[in-house]
Amino acid sequence: MITALLRGVRLIGRLTVDGVWRLGAASRFMGIVLLRSVTTFRRFRLLIDEIYFAGTLSLIIIIVSGLFVGLVLGLQGYETLKRYGSAEAVGTLVALSLVRELGPVVSALLFASRAGSAITAEIGIMKSTEQLSAMEMMAVDPYARVMAPMFWGGFISMPLLAAIFSAMGVFGGYLITVVVIGVDAGAFWSQMQSNVDLRDDILNGVIKSVVFGGAVTAIAVFEGYDAPPTAEGVSHAVTRTVVTSALAVLALDFILTAFMFTGV
Amino acid sequence: MQRTTVDLWVGIFVTAGLIGLLVLALKVGNASSVSVSDGYTITADFDNIGGLKARAPVKSAGVVVGRVEQIAFDNEVLRARVIMRIDKRYEFPKDSSVSILTSGLLGDQFIGIDGGGDVELLKDGDRVRLTQSAIVLEKVIGQFLYGKAAEGGSGD
Repeated sequence: MITALLRGVRLIGRLTVDGVWRLGAASRFMGIVLLRSVTTFRRFRLLIDEIYFAGTLSLIIIIVSGLFVGLVLGLQGYETLKRYGSAEAVGTLVALSLVRELGPVVSALLFASRAGSAITAEIGIMKSTEQLSAMEMMAVDPYARVMAPMFWGGFISMPLLAAIFSAMGVFGGYLITVVVIGVDAGAFWSQMQSNVDLRDDILNGVIKSVVFGGAVTAIAVFEGYDAPPTAEGVSHAVTRTVVTSALAVLALDFILTAFMFTGV
Repeated sequence: MQRTTVDLWVGIFVTAGLIGLLVLALKVGNASSVSVSDGYTITADFDNIGGLKARAPVKSAGVVVGRVEQIAFDNEVLRARVIMRIDKRYEFPKDSSVSILTSGLLGDQFIGIDGGGDVELLKDGDRVRLTQSAIVLEKVIGQFLYGKAAEGGSGD
């Protein structure tokens, strides 16, 4: 009984110490990546390749999911608002929920599972096949050559993906409510425009997506670099990337929302 | 050859992202609406502001001319002090009156300015003297019931 209890306490202690240790290592790692990223911007080709990898290849999933989220929001919102005789407000509902929350959050989750996992796997396998060590042997800095471009590629892609997601969602909402159901198009757009604020809603949404992009790519790059150099280690690292990114995005979303939308 | 295709796709992606941002800014949010960053502020004291909030529109004849900047409670006169920022394109006579109105039956509350006839105009930091508070539904219903009761009493 006592030993079981002690074991539990020890486990909590070890997990805490382990977590703090990893956090410190991750911070140091990100510091090095940021310090050495000057080279990345000088060698623009590397960055372009990573934007292609993280951004362009995620385009299809972002466009399709944005469209469907918008369609569902439009349909559900219309069904509910119809009861109160204010079906025209569905434009406001769709736009606000997408721009404030769903756009940044859902695209960050999709981005974590589409691009974040790939970044982790790539770095993890480079590490386990000792490509990173080989680079160091050739006096090529793996931070500047591999990690920093991946980080910045994801960081730049994420806000653009979130914007595309939101825009596609609004288009989806327009399709289902105006074109299919027959809500008045003028009321749909004018209600939306009078209630969505450029700074309070759209800019805050963009800030969110920038923060999420930074968090997701930082987690992905670190988990890849930190992965044990075995097949199993890489697979665990990929899993951890997706899980940690999702949790980090949702927690950060709560914090940012508490800062941004409660003052008014 | 491979390189140029990647460039093309990255270009398409970045363009799509920027178009998305532009659509959000122009079509969804209204970037062309009045942003009253430069303008002048006027204050007004109200007995009751109802559900008025900061950033609520200030309208005159139905046109948005400014925004509510700050709402505070003045502990000396025990009234609500509302600070409004008015676009500098619009000027109002000194004896204009402000009232708190509601858009629609259940809509948001906003401030309406009715122009007066004074030759002098409101300047930055001026206080509007003629104010009309928000209509509080409970009070109206209370008055109505009171009136009905009095009517019924006289009818007997």
